[in-house]
Amino acid sequence: MATKNRMAPFFGTLTVAALLLAACSGGGESEEPAANELYQNPVTLTWWHNASQDGPGKTYWEKVAKDFSTAHPSVTIEIEAIETNQLQRTRLPAALLTSDPPDIFQAWGGGEIREQVEADYLKDVTEQTKTEVANIGSASEIWQANGKQYGLPFRMGIEGIWYNKDMFAQAGIAAPPTTFDELNDAVAKLKAINVVPIALGAGDKWPAAHWWYNFALRACSVDTLKKASVDLTFDDPCFVKAGDDLKTFIGTQPFQNNFIATPGQNDPTSANGLLANGKAAMELMGDWNKGTLETVAQDPAKLAKFLGWFPVPAIAGSAGDPKAALGGGDGFACAKNAPAECVEFLKYIVSPEVQKAYAETGTGLPVAKGAEAGVEDPALKSILEATSSASYVQLWLDTAYGSTVGNAMNDAIVAIFAGKGTPQQVVDAMKSAARK
Amino acid sequence: MTATKSVSLAGGVSTSPAGSRSRAAEKRRKWYEIIGLTTPAIAVYVMFVLVPMGFAVYYSLYRWRGVGPPTQFVGFDNYVLAFQDPIFIDALRNNAIIVVGSLLVQGPIALGVALLLNRRFRGRTVFRLLVFVPYVLAEVTVGIMWKLILTDGGTVDALLKSLGLGGLTQAWLADLDVVIWTLLFVLTWKYVGFAIILLLAGLSNVPSELTEAAAIDGAGWWQIQRHITIPLLGPTIRIWMFLSIIGSLQVFDVIWVTSVPAVRSLGASGTMATYMVDNGFFARLWGYGNAVAVILFVISFVAALLFQRFLLRRDIEGAITGRVG
Repeated sequence: MATKNRMAPFFGTLTVAALLLAACSGGGESEEPAANELYQNPVTLTWWHNASQDGPGKTYWEKVAKDFSTAHPSVTIEIEAIETNQLQRTRLPAALLTSDPPDIFQAWGGGEIREQVEADYLKDVTEQTKTEVANIGSASEIWQANGKQYGLPFRMGIEGIWYNKDMFAQAGIAAPPTTFDELNDAVAKLKAINVVPIALGAGDKWPAAHWWYNFALRACSVDTLKKASVDLTFDDPCFVKAGDDLKTFIGTQPFQNNFIATPGQNDPTSANGLLANGKAAMELMGDWNKGTLETVAQDPAKLAKFLGWFPVPAIAGSAGDPKAALGGGDGFACAKNAPAECVEFLKYIVSPEVQKAYAETGTGLPVAKGAEAGVEDPALKSILEATSSASYVQLWLDTAYGSTVGNAMNDAIVAIFAGKGTPQQVVDAMKSAARK
Repeated sequence: MTATKSVSLAGGVSTSPAGSRSRAAEKRRKWYEIIGLTTPAIAVYVMFVLVPMGFAVYYSLYRWRGVGPPTQFVGFDNYVLAFQDPIFIDALRNNAIIVVGSLLVQGPIALGVALLLNRRFRGRTVFRLLVFVPYVLAEVTVGIMWKLILTDGGTVDALLKSLGLGGLTQAWLADLDVVIWTLLFVLTWKYVGFAIILLLAGLSNVPSELTEAAAIDGAGWWQIQRHITIPLLGPTIRIWMFLSIIGSLQVFDVIWVTSVPAVRSLGASGTMATYMVDNGFFARLWGYGNAVAVILFVISFVAALLFQRFLLRRDIEGAITGRVG
């Protein structure tokens, strides 16, 4: 072992130079076919998406690919379904560094898509997708960079509070809270009947961080938020106020014990498990939560009966827009050198018919107008209404600011939850990460 | 080259030309064998060990987020940043706790159990098998299992309560001051079986003549263990210590699975390896992640060298002397 290791540094430095030369010479040489050649030559599109678990989502994408190939026999679509973290953190970045990336792949928008555009990875689809963008509306802005369109969303939703209607009735809470004062009141009433008011999966960091995001959304003006996403400047005092408000809220002890180690979703001990199995009354979570709650519920029928949803309450007298909401979605983008058919397939995915059938699978909320009829669940319907009536949808802050700032921000917010951090430290961490 | 040289040498000494030719042919064949048999191994080693190491060092000198090729050379800034990050220092401390803790806890337990299992009694094979089971289980399986057992109000808490020790229940995985000790316990549970098996193998090499002779001279069981068995186990114990230290420095999977991201990010449970993945992939600081990887390598490498220099030297020299003699 050690004799081998002893030689390692020398060999390493020697081989590095040679390999760098080799790595640099393998540039991409494929050329983009002209648009008039569309469907003339057989092409194969590789498609990487994150619906990796067996279920309606995965099956539906297989059907979409098959339908498209049937309509356009010259196009073959090869699907690779990869778990989200694998896909986003390792597989996709590595593939995009090579000369042979997938043609069409999952894109989460925000800071990430701006970085990918900067590295010249993505195909500009502004001209070809004008109709689709008009139909989707403002949600498509998340997949833009420098005013140009580089991808399209197929799923979008805002977050809100999922709650147990039976517990609310038991505690004597007449209507879902619309302001934070009412929320605090509800928390007190739920404590009085010995129920955990709010389940929190702080163990996974982001479920806790989302509380701070919402306080920032209420404390900061829309202009400040928009500017922060583009310039990564966080000098406005509203970002510190968000942390102050959060600290006050944590002080009312609305969460279960030891929330710092509670996972967010996917297992019975998670925050999802607490809400789904009648051990907690509320949870702040995105539009996908219906499906994840069902997977951890011991009695899904009971869950369906008591589950309700309401938007995040407003804070009286704050600078933020009370009708603004936090949200996010999933989209697809085409690689720079992908064949023109890729854009056609992208357009097909977001067409109203495909979107309507997507909504019917129950795996997410559609973005295209004309697909609303596919949403049947009452809780999802109320999210869809709230999404379309929101004055401004701010993308999840960690996605909007990119992984580096996002991760540092989430870590610093978690420190507040653990009683170890201060509101100022969150802003400092964001600023220093922006320079990393 | 060496082959031709040996031909002439052999020819000069030998009186029979036919014999020298066959001996030369044999030497040549030996070299073909050496080259033929080692080339694939060396090629794999170079491709998958040395080359990636070289790349890690190269990337660690860049500010690079994994988007586009690395262009922003920053020298050793990433290394400086790592040692300025209190969470990385916490990771170093956690690694140190695991290294020392594993040696101090696993060593005595393993020695005791191995000495016990080395005696003849009914069901010995079953016990040996049971002791080894945790080591055979996959790390992720162990991590998830203990995560469920140690959760709030989980099996451990229930057990303590039923024993009337309800006061001892802890937030095993949530209390920032407790979690590293909980993890040390899980790691001990997982890896102590390996130490035991290793020591049992060492014990089977202790000649029974020595213990018998000692017994005839009137030595008791304890005296025999203390003065004969344990000293003769020295080489095995040192090899186990070596493997344990290196393994503890690089530990990743059990920590990653058992301890949630929030607790790791607060510095309470993360190790150098989990810190590397959290920062390299999740914060998408690829250059920085590589710098941490290099630091981890250097620390393990230095530990290995020091250990070899001061503790293993005798064993290795002994082995070589034995072969030559």
